[in-house]
Amino acid sequence: METNSIKKTAHLAKLALSEKELSEVTEQLSAILQHFEKISEIPTENVEPLLTPTEIESFWREDVAEQELSPDEILKNAPSSQGHLFKVPPVVG
Amino acid sequence: MDLLQLSMCETILLIREKKISSYELTDFYLKRIEKLNPKINAYLAMNPEALDQAKKFDQSGATNQKLPGLPMGIKDMLCTKGIKTTAASKMLENFVPPYDSTVVKRLKSQGAIVLGKLNQDEFAMGSSNENSYFGVTKNPWNLDFVPGGSSGGSASAQAAKLSVATIGTDTGGSIRQPASFCGIVGLKPTYGRVSRFGIIAFASSLDQAGPMTKNIEDAALMLEVISGHDSLDATSSQKAVPEFSKNLSKSIKGLRVGVLSEALQGGLDSDVEKSLKDGIEAFKKEGAEIFEVSLPLLKQSISVYYLIAASEASSNLARYDGVRFGFRAPMSESGATLDEFYSQTRGQGFGKEVKRRIMMGTYCLSSGYIQAYYEKACRVRRLIFNQYNEAFQKCDVILSPVAANPAFKIGEKISDPLQMYLNDLFTTSTNLAGLPGLSVPFSLSKNRLPIGLQLTAKAFDEQTLLNAGLALERNSQVQGELPHVI
Repeated sequence: METNSIKKTAHLAKLALSEKELSEVTEQLSAILQHFEKISEIPTENVEPLLTPTEIESFWREDVAEQELSPDEILKNAPSSQGHLFKVPPVVG
Repeated sequence: MDLLQLSMCETILLIREKKISSYELTDFYLKRIEKLNPKINAYLAMNPEALDQAKKFDQSGATNQKLPGLPMGIKDMLCTKGIKTTAASKMLENFVPPYDSTVVKRLKSQGAIVLGKLNQDEFAMGSSNENSYFGVTKNPWNLDFVPGGSSGGSASAQAAKLSVATIGTDTGGSIRQPASFCGIVGLKPTYGRVSRFGIIAFASSLDQAGPMTKNIEDAALMLEVISGHDSLDATSSQKAVPEFSKNLSKSIKGLRVGVLSEALQGGLDSDVEKSLKDGIEAFKKEGAEIFEVSLPLLKQSISVYYLIAASEASSNLARYDGVRFGFRAPMSESGATLDEFYSQTRGQGFGKEVKRRIMMGTYCLSSGYIQAYYEKACRVRRLIFNQYNEAFQKCDVILSPVAANPAFKIGEKISDPLQMYLNDLFTTSTNLAGLPGLSVPFSLSKNRLPIGLQLTAKAFDEQTLLNAGLALERNSQVQGELPHVI
């Protein structure tokens, strides 16, 4: 695994990593994925991927609106807000 | 009356017979926490209204409830209305949920009182509790050792008698392994048995919450309270919930116990190996039939687990963007690019292990790699699921160790993440297959550290799991022993 592909991954994951973090994580992920890659030797032809372990049973409810939380309660945890809006710093580009 | 020796079910009798009030009980635990928590760092936040709520319970006289006035600690992954819920992360350091998770709601509806919130690995990612932003929790049996993880605070608090019972969550062993390290019972229910609503998401196809208790009977009662369909969680099962505690059976004559072959092939710490052998003898004595069963893909299950869990986590944790809740990195007033805004917030708000897993998951899901990693892992996941089905043709429960070793020293494994991951050999496959798993405290090591044995059963067959656990408990060396810190 190369530092460049780690940099690209960090960009996709929206994580700002320092140079030190980048080189550490490159080394560690290389070792970890090298170990994990052994599963490529397991034959899985015609095996369907298992995404969730138990069958999901559909259920229905009446189509009735419920109001559980007020905007004020929701906004209490916002880092910054104004009126009933989330406030963010000016975004340039 | 020695409250420290009582189980939760015995405490309930005292409340019903009016020998103790909820207020006295809550006060007793709060005072113990004040005295002992500085030593073990299990609680992160307390419920300031606990005593008032206990008083209200006493006035209501509702002692026929299933958990009448019982004070409990809750893992910090579960939202508690009005009480900080941080997932032990800087990202959620100041997050106060406006609602209760379904598990907490159900506990309260049967009379339980939230005492406070329990420490854990950040976002439940870890096996030692060393990944908490708020410092490591210590093992009450020996303060130099880890309590296990990620529900290390729940295990440690329960072992040190700082709660009547606790709740943990288990994505790859996070209830069972700390239960083993701290000498308590830990039950991971079948996937879908317990609602995940209001539990901070780590890996949604693997996460389950469950009880961590003094004994099997307590776990059975807790499980029946928190289980059942919830319209707020589409993956929660509509199957009827049995009265597990009333259906506990003393006899396991004829129960088919499959001993996991892979555990008998070496690689275990000598004390754990002896514990497993003693467990087999205990089952024989109780009249069970013993077989060997094999899960040939067990060794690969760690890789499959980490690939899937990291992939799901990278998607789940995308919500922490600094806009609506949680940490936001300080930004200059003149503005920043959107990329800087997100990346700085996430880079500063998440800890090392969480960032490592987000990176791993993002990489495994990225174009060009998804087939080789995530999809391949999901295909092998089905093979593991099938191998369990085959094993359960021959047996009713599978017996194995929880971990290959008792608790390890703080600092011993933290610098090598791969070694830390490999520690989860016996627990991750249970989550991949969605099965119920139980850790029963069974032996003490030469250094007086507890060792648990693990039982696994078919999906939704927690009753058989608990009955088998009860048989182990009758033969356990750990019951009645108290950890050093007490």
